Amino acid sequence: MSAIILFMATIAAIAGWWLSQQRLAAKPWLEEGVAVDFRGERGSSVPPAKIGLGVFLAVVGSLFALLISAYSMRNTMVDWRELPLPKLLWINTGVLIISSAALQWSLMAARRSDDEAMLVGLLVGGASAVTFLAGQLVVWQQLNVAGYVVASNPANSFFYLITALHGLHLIGGLVALGRTSAKVWRGAPMVRVRLSVELCAIYWHFLLLVWLVLLGLLTGWTENFVNICRQLLT
Amino acid sequence: MAVALILLLVAIASVLFHVYSPWWWTPIASNWRYIDDTINLTFWITGAVFCAVIAFMAYCVLRFHHKEGRRAVYNPENKKLEWWLSIGTAIGVVAMLAPGLVVWHQFVTVPADATDVEVVGQQWMWSYRLPGKDGRLGTSDARLISSENPLGLNPNDPNGQDDVVVQNDDLHLPVGKPVKVLLRSIDVLHDFYVPEFRAKMDMIPGSVTYYWLTPTRTGTFDVLCAELCGAAHAQMRSRVIVEEEKEYHAWLEKQRTFAALSGQRDVAKAAYKTGSE
Amino acid sequence: MVDIPLDQVAGIPPAEVGEVELYHPRSWWTRYVFSQDAKVIAVQYSITAMSIGMVALVLSWMMRLQLGFPGTFSFIDANQYLQFITMHGMIMVIYLLTALFLGGFGNYLIPLMVGARDMVFPYVNMLSYWVYLLAVLVLAATFFVPGGPTGAGWTLYPPQAILSGTPGQDWGIVFMLASLILFIIGFTMGGLNYVVTVLQARTRGMTLMRLPLTVWGIFTATVMALLAFPALFVASVMLLLDRLLGTSFFMPTLVEMGQLSKYGGGSPILFQHLFWFFGHPEVYIVALPAFGIISDLISTHARKNIFGYRMMVWAIVAIGALSFVVWAHHMYVSGMHPYFGFFFATTTLIIAIPTAIKVYNWVLTLWRGDIHLTVPMLFALGFIVTFVNGGLTGLFLGNVVVDVPLSDTMFVVAHFHMVMGIAPIMAVFGGIYHWYPKVTGRMLNDVLGKFHFWVTFIGAYAVFFPMHYLGLLGMPRRYHDIGETSFVPASAHDLNAFMSVAALIVGFAQLVFLFNLVWSLFKGKEAGGNPWGATSLEWQTPETPPGHGNWGKELPIVYRWAYDYSVPGAARDFVPQNEPPSGVVAQGAHP
Repeated sequence: MSAIILFMATIAAIAGWWLSQQRLAAKPWLEEGVAVDFRGERGSSVPPAKIGLGVFLAVVGSLFALLISAYSMRNTMVDWRELPLPKLLWINTGVLIISSAALQWSLMAARRSDDEAMLVGLLVGGASAVTFLAGQLVVWQQLNVAGYVVASNPANSFFYLITALHGLHLIGGLVALGRTSAKVWRGAPMVRVRLSVELCAIYWHFLLLVWLVLLGLLTGWTENFVNICRQLLT
Repeated sequence: MAVALILLLVAIASVLFHVYSPWWWTPIASNWRYIDDTINLTFWITGAVFCAVIAFMAYCVLRFHHKEGRRAVYNPENKKLEWWLSIGTAIGVVAMLAPGLVVWHQFVTVPADATDVEVVGQQWMWSYRLPGKDGRLGTSDARLISSENPLGLNPNDPNGQDDVVVQNDDLHLPVGKPVKVLLRSIDVLHDFYVPEFRAKMDMIPGSVTYYWLTPTRTGTFDVLCAELCGAAHAQMRSRVIVEEEKEYHAWLEKQRTFAALSGQRDVAKAAYKTGSE
Repeated sequence: MVDIPLDQVAGIPPAEVGEVELYHPRSWWTRYVFSQDAKVIAVQYSITAMSIGMVALVLSWMMRLQLGFPGTFSFIDANQYLQFITMHGMIMVIYLLTALFLGGFGNYLIPLMVGARDMVFPYVNMLSYWVYLLAVLVLAATFFVPGGPTGAGWTLYPPQAILSGTPGQDWGIVFMLASLILFIIGFTMGGLNYVVTVLQARTRGMTLMRLPLTVWGIFTATVMALLAFPALFVASVMLLLDRLLGTSFFMPTLVEMGQLSKYGGGSPILFQHLFWFFGHPEVYIVALPAFGIISDLISTHARKNIFGYRMMVWAIVAIGALSFVVWAHHMYVSGMHPYFGFFFATTTLIIAIPTAIKVYNWVLTLWRGDIHLTVPMLFALGFIVTFVNGGLTGLFLGNVVVDVPLSDTMFVVAHFHMVMGIAPIMAVFGGIYHWYPKVTGRMLNDVLGKFHFWVTFIGAYAVFFPMHYLGLLGMPRRYHDIGETSFVPASAHDLNAFMSVAALIVGFAQLVFLFNLVWSLFKGKEAGGNPWGATSLEWQTPETPPGHGNWGKELPIVYRWAYDYSVPGAARDFVPQNEPPSGVVAQGAHP
């Protein structure tokens, strides 16, 4: 359970930092008036949707941290047999990076108010994300053909489960991305879509990060890394 | 008035119930008297806090309930009082936790002279296995289970050949000797629970758990399953008979070993015959 | 008092919300069914939760009938008994209490108490309810699938949850897991709303330290739920895969009914870790909103500020954080590494300190107050008694070695019913009696309310207090019939019968409550805007029940904390949060 504890500690640190800014030691019964509300001037600087996405990412992060915890508890059992990762997985990773980069490009275009570049970025990002998902399906297919079916070993089960959950989150993102692209396509004013593009880009980067962490886990690099750290510490 | 009185009555009735209740723990039959002592200590501390809080509440309701013209005192906080209450609580917590951890340390530290006894749970019966003359239990594996080998013992392990297997019968234990109870399950979670022993631990298929105890008085005690294990969970019963050393050995002599129970019985007997002839 | 110069106050413009930004219902359907108004969603959540809760209540009658009079009722056998306890537990903990506190109270109170017009994402909020309803329907469907609902116990421990020795292993468990997954998805949608609304939609002047404790409780509980429910989600998905695809996440090598099963190598303990990583925070997800509601009820009805507000806030935050590092105290006898016991016993008992502070501050709020023994106040007093009782028995079970003889006995059942069954339900009832006038504009009937309180409080106490002693005696839980034993005396059966009768009486008293809810809707006394003379914002709305958008044209401005009761020198014994500080002169409740 060390992965989830680490994750929770991070969340707790962020929450603690935020709370420390909220004057929790103030004596509210001694203060009257509105001036104590220091949000006054910069209150609405962060749009609620962005905060909402941040909270949602914490939930998704918790989900994957728990999966990683379960993975690292289960893979110490004797029946664990690593499965060979198909080469295609690396290509898929590259495609996902392209997808993320495209959305970042789109976001930068949105900040410049460059309509056309923004739309291109969104479409490239969406298309490459779909390619990534298709690639993942091909990976499943390859593994299945090679006899690594879902129930034959826990390593396989975890591989399918982790990739499936990651893919589902990406599909959810594609729905949002599709709606944003449609809005842009119909020529919605830039101010209305800029935030949506930004949210998509953040979500994409987050899913890319999650994917890289999961990939490190599946290839065993994380384990080696932890072992090296442990040796350095002792 | 009535409300305060009823609140007070609830506290008083609770204390009286505690004092006069005929329902109390079973007379202990193992060395875990310390656990009972810790429970008693916890009862004293928590009981005092319960009565104090309820009594204070009843007093407040009686003394400060609404009357024409009464006005509450404006009193946002009292740092000193809150600190003292916190410190007092912390002391109470430590007074319960410290003895608890000391006893837990004893509970998880098995003495070196404890004899192994294996308890095997399955839906919905108990089986037992005692080490033979060599004092060691043989290895086992759920994959070896068959109708001839219901506990899945390893037929190739020499340590296991003389293990005494007790199926569908009572477990006997010698009084005054520490035992390490090894717990194994071959299907779902079970929990070997003898109320008089106070100790208990879940049995998990795929691994072996344990606890230890020293039976301190002779008698016959019920074995129940304390972890939900399916439809007949409540009927999963057996008995433990704690007896003097001599009677225990007499019982042990009559039990059959794994070798005698499995297919190798004929081989062993034949060898014995040829040997004597 | 620190005086904030008035010219500063006058310099802040009133927050006006452009009409376009608000969602407007266009028809009866979008006003009352597919509504995006948090107040309507709150009522929908509450009615759904209470309806499925009634099912769980009836199940508890069945269980008590069987336990009190074993063998008398031929329609209850061992399998059904296990199905009853499982469904009763799951419904009460998740589909009733969690949904009612967060979906019901949270939706209604958060926007009103922080001075917002609605939740920040109304559409997502609406979806949240409909997904929750779907989860409830899937759950209810398990009663009608072949094999019936699962009887694995609400903890759903593998391996037995999905093996043939357990009732409902073919469809019941699948539907149950699917329903849980849906619930979590639905809850996440709602939870995002509650958190972001508290963070972003507070009105001018509403600093965190001016929030009523109800909002603090619901907010912290929601944050915890958002982080903890993924653990149940992961556990449910993995168990579902074990059941449907034959994977072995949790399933070790085992012999199922004499046959070597297809599973191998998995770890049942892994499931327990995941389950309780959710399960323990869940206890506080139910408790923290109750803490908040009780604080506000006591303060309002004792006409006194809550004692030690800051300590109360810190305690809520501390409990929320600590509750993530105590989960394995549910697993002392699970066979995990015994050395974990030292750590988890220590963290568990440390939680007792902030919790105790909360209790002290409640009773110290009563001290030198002006206690109006209204029905909400009675329920608050009942909450304190049952919560203190259940909390203290928690010190038995949290102290690792004491837990060894008591775990899996009726002592545990008595403990958790007292602390997270009866106590939170007291808070729910107190909250409903308190806020019903705001929701409907009418008071609940007082006589029926008092009857309901006394029967529920005394009756429930009579059920669960003696139950501890059956546990001490060694009576295990989840037994439909203790049968022949050498250690359970005949008198214990009489006690069981007594408890069953008490439970049935308590159960029927809830029908009086339901009657009161419906009857008062039409015949209750007109409440007016602020019948209790409360300070917090929800009582200062221009209309009662609050209209669409809550606040009319202008959002309220908050000038003080939520607990200015019996302020020295003030004309009335309460000063609403939005009353401007022109000296301390009484004005109308709504400026």
